[in-house]
Amino acid sequence: MENLIALLVAAPLLGAVILLCGGRRLDRTGHWLGTLLALGSFVVAALLFTDMLGRDGEDRAMHQHLFSWIPVGGFQADIAFQLDQLSMTFVLLITGVGSLIHIYSIGYMEHDERRRRFFGYLNLFLAAMLILVIADNYLLLYVGWEGVGLASYLLIGFWQHKPSAATAAKKAFLVNRVGDMGLSIAIMLMFTTFGTFAFGDVLAATGETSEGKLTAIGLMLLLAACGKSAQVPLQSWLGDAMEGPTPVSALIHAATMVTAGVYLITRSGAIFNAAPDAQLAVVIVGAVTLLFGAIVGCAKDDIKKALAGSTMSQIGYMVLAAGLGPIGYAFAIMHLVTHGFFKAGLFLGAGSVMHGMNDEVDMRKYGGLRKYMPVTFVTFGLGYLAIIGFPGLSGFWSKDKIIEAAFAYGDGVRPWIFGGVALLGAGITAFYMTRVMLMTFFGEKRWQPTPDPHKEPSAEPAADDAHAGEMPHPHESPKSMTIPMIVLAFGSVFAGGLFSLNESFVHWLEPVTAFEHPHPVISVPAITASTMVVLAIGVAIAWFMYGKRPVPVTAPRGSVLTRAARRDLLQDDFNHVVLVRGGEHLTRSLVYVDHTLVDGVVNGTAASFGGLSGRMRKLQNGFARSYAVSMLGGTAVLVAATLLMRAV
Amino acid sequence: MSATAVHSLWTTDGLSASDGLWAHGGLWAAAAEPVAKIDSPQIEYSLIAPTLIVIGAAVLGILVEAFVPRRSRYYVQLFLSVVALVSAFAAVVALAADGRGTTESGIAAMGALAVDGPALFLQGTILLAGLVSVFTFAERRLDPEAHGNRVDSFAAQAASVPGSESEQAAVKAGFTTTEVFPLALFAIGGMLVFPAANDLLTLFIALEVFSLPLYLLCALARRKRLMSQEAAVKYFLLGAFSSAFLLFGIALLYGYAGTVSYAGIADVVDGTVQNVTPALAGTMGNDALLLVGAALILMGLLFKVGAVPFHMWTPDVYQGAPTPVTGFMAAATKVAAFGALLRLLYVVLPGLRWDWRPVMWGVAIVTMLLGAIVAITQTDIKRLLAYSSIAHAGFILAGVIATTPDGISSVLFYLLAYSFVTIGAFAVVTLVRDAGGEATHLSKWAGLGRRSPLVAAVFAVFLLAFAGIPLTSGFAGKFAVFKAAAEGGAGALVVVGVISSAIAAFFYIRVIVLMFFSEPKPEGPTVAVPSPLTMTAIGVGVAVTLVLGLAPQYFLDLANQAGVFVR
Repeated sequence: MENLIALLVAAPLLGAVILLCGGRRLDRTGHWLGTLLALGSFVVAALLFTDMLGRDGEDRAMHQHLFSWIPVGGFQADIAFQLDQLSMTFVLLITGVGSLIHIYSIGYMEHDERRRRFFGYLNLFLAAMLILVIADNYLLLYVGWEGVGLASYLLIGFWQHKPSAATAAKKAFLVNRVGDMGLSIAIMLMFTTFGTFAFGDVLAATGETSEGKLTAIGLMLLLAACGKSAQVPLQSWLGDAMEGPTPVSALIHAATMVTAGVYLITRSGAIFNAAPDAQLAVVIVGAVTLLFGAIVGCAKDDIKKALAGSTMSQIGYMVLAAGLGPIGYAFAIMHLVTHGFFKAGLFLGAGSVMHGMNDEVDMRKYGGLRKYMPVTFVTFGLGYLAIIGFPGLSGFWSKDKIIEAAFAYGDGVRPWIFGGVALLGAGITAFYMTRVMLMTFFGEKRWQPTPDPHKEPSAEPAADDAHAGEMPHPHESPKSMTIPMIVLAFGSVFAGGLFSLNESFVHWLEPVTAFEHPHPVISVPAITASTMVVLAIGVAIAWFMYGKRPVPVTAPRGSVLTRAARRDLLQDDFNHVVLVRGGEHLTRSLVYVDHTLVDGVVNGTAASFGGLSGRMRKLQNGFARSYAVSMLGGTAVLVAATLLMRAV
Repeated sequence: MSATAVHSLWTTDGLSASDGLWAHGGLWAAAAEPVAKIDSPQIEYSLIAPTLIVIGAAVLGILVEAFVPRRSRYYVQLFLSVVALVSAFAAVVALAADGRGTTESGIAAMGALAVDGPALFLQGTILLAGLVSVFTFAERRLDPEAHGNRVDSFAAQAASVPGSESEQAAVKAGFTTTEVFPLALFAIGGMLVFPAANDLLTLFIALEVFSLPLYLLCALARRKRLMSQEAAVKYFLLGAFSSAFLLFGIALLYGYAGTVSYAGIADVVDGTVQNVTPALAGTMGNDALLLVGAALILMGLLFKVGAVPFHMWTPDVYQGAPTPVTGFMAAATKVAAFGALLRLLYVVLPGLRWDWRPVMWGVAIVTMLLGAIVAITQTDIKRLLAYSSIAHAGFILAGVIATTPDGISSVLFYLLAYSFVTIGAFAVVTLVRDAGGEATHLSKWAGLGRRSPLVAAVFAVFLLAFAGIPLTSGFAGKFAVFKAAAEGGAGALVVVGVISSAIAAFFYIRVIVLMFFSEPKPEGPTVAVPSPLTMTAIGVGVAVTLVLGLAPQYFLDLANQAGVFVR
């Protein structure tokens, strides 16, 4: 059974190779091949899962050692996989949701002439993401980490003819680079500290290591997580990443890749447990992002960007939980899985709406769509209820646990601060999601004729000229798109309850992440009750603002906060002033030093070697007699030197 | 300086049936007795089958020239060569599989030839390199057809004076010099013997057997025939000159040891043999003879590998020779000569290593630096590659000087890696052509990447391998020899090696920049579409380069297993 692990990665990797190298002859069939291989990977995952369930909790981890990648003395880098409960959870999520989104994309990308390439990239992403979560050492994890970064870059910029998409891809790549630096430094620190990269060895050795070193490693890992999971201060790329096709937003920028940071922190739990300062940093980052994303989500009129803000905020919840230590890891992962379901569902729903509305993304130009797109409405609605934490649905079970755990973090004011933030976040989530729901599916129709794409490029370029100037005719999407939405809606409704039954999810993960029952500073029923109250308040405010009153088609000016939130809380302005300007100054001074000092030395060296070369080549004059003389001289020197060596 | 113990480091005791006879001068003593009865020599044919197959095929090739009609000669010769090389390679593999390279290694043919790991490894390398080279020899699609006949890189008729009427007549008649195939086979046969030679006379004969056909092959270019002939004459003169030194060195060593057998000389060097041959009582054991003789023999071998200051022939000959021959020469000669050098230094002269190591240090340093520096200002791609080969000879010497088992295996690996890169690179050179044949001037390569991205990319791979960039075989090889040299106590040599590599990287990368980042010239060269023969040669080159770069461990292990000399 263990030998099947590599097959998980091999199937999508094969798909990527075939689709990307296969050329045009695969244009007709490529998407089926990509989807089949994704499904194949899912089947393998399911087989492994059933096998794993048949064993005892402690014996469930499986290992497969493929080969030694770089064995050099004490440096040992292996291509080896480890499939334990934590990895298995991710593998099922990635292959499951991944397969659904492959199916969805068949319909969504139907008219795109580069569909084969799209599926190739999707398969590449799956392979890289699977490597990331089943690697048994940090170095191989890094391979997957960079691989998903690449796939994400390629897919965000998939519609590369749009400057905005190209810029967004570049931005995502650059911001992620900062995080990747963190990961590579963390890995180097691990190697110097522990002499190995393997999870088992590193995590077992944390007991004998000084806290300072572990804090440094932990902070670098956190930096990495911030980049990949769009956490403050490296959050700025996620909103722009919505330039990619919607299935990409659903799979990579909602359900799977952006949660890699949470995986990294949870996987490195032993390091964080031994470094409380790093853990506190994780909690702070999570709490700040939670609010940041939620506030941004409140102000966006672009449906995908509103959802992107929400994703950021929900991952903030997960990071917060992961920072809480053993009381939070299991809930972080549980929320991650339920979020994977409902957020992917919401994005697919958004894609379906856009599909029906000539690729319009501005929610102010939607309205009243529930009659025209019933399936989308119901599945989106269930996802909505799940994400705000409506009692009984998935989000309720997972988010409530995180709020409880946050109220149990540390002592003094900490539980009150972080618990309060988590609670407040739940209220804001209820507000902005209700807003999205109302603006899209309720109220009167505010549909506008499609603008001419040549004049004003909309976010989704599939708006071909045929639609220009026409009123949209919203309609339900094809089966290939609605079925994945329905499946995901089932997950949004039932997953949380299923996981919470007898705390089954917590027990499942316990052998890997360890678990302690949280002891919140106020009683659990009180927390649940206040969550419900906050939730109701959020929904009510949203209804007063967007349900009761008509929604203006052009956005009103709004308060200072609204305007700032529309600009993503000025993150880009901040980055521009501090990083770009600062960077430009630094570059300019470095260039000056480079030109005067470094180039001087380099050019001087080059020139002197060039001169030497020019003089030496004159020895090669083309006359055999000179050559013979040189040989004779050389022989004489050789003989003399040999004799001399004996003499001295 | 008695260093008897060191032998066990690099050598195993062979299963020599005839050791006593040759090694201790027994034959000579026997011959001097009144009732001389000369035993018929004992030859283990199966052990030397690879060489016999190749030489036999070469002889057959000459018969083909005599008896097969002109039109079908090309096909018969090509077939014969390929079959011979493949079956010889199969024989090498069979011997290796038999354990002849490791546990069963021994001496064959009355002590004349060693059958051991390094010999088999190098013979395998030479045969593969030879096979790939023969493919490039047989290429007939690059030049435009002359009078309706397909032509290869070789002169229509070697004997006709360049530019004469007889030459034109030969071209018109569609003659081709199919003799290149048997010539190449003879050369390969000599090269197979060279690294396996276990006494000095065999060494010398092998040297001449592979050198003479090479002199001829150099003279056979179809285009630029005068340059080609000039190259051949230079090569011949200087080669003969160096052979004379080598032969003189052999004579001196015989005077010193009373035998030409490697093991016998080594015994005398170590002082384990005391009984003096009466006729040589005056000279035996005279260290001056030993040192001078050893230095002269080393000089002969250093000439063949192209080490400074015996490198002067290299650029002229590489440039003048027909490019397929250049590739063959650059790869296979280097393999054979380094094999012989290794055996000489590790089997015959290990006891003398405190004397030769400093000298070889000097040679290696000068070779690396001069090769790299002079290459900077070259403007002809073939001359550039010639200087690059000089620099590489220096790098390989660094591994030779290590005098550790790792030294042997790293050199073996380097030679394998280097030979395929070289043949591939020269094969690419044959593709870039203009009206005058191959466009070897570097300025014509400007912007090649825009016109023929694939060819330029392939050439870039070879250049990166030459430069020793990771993920190519060049890196793995360079890393191996430098590592061996550093562990063998030659740290300073490694520093010089790395500096030279940096200098060398400059001109390799410069060619890449030229190909990809310069504007193509309007009247630039065209890239000919070769037949599958050259494509195979280039493809094999790329494949070996990448495989050895990505997964070098298997081949390093193989070289490690093969890295023990028999004695």
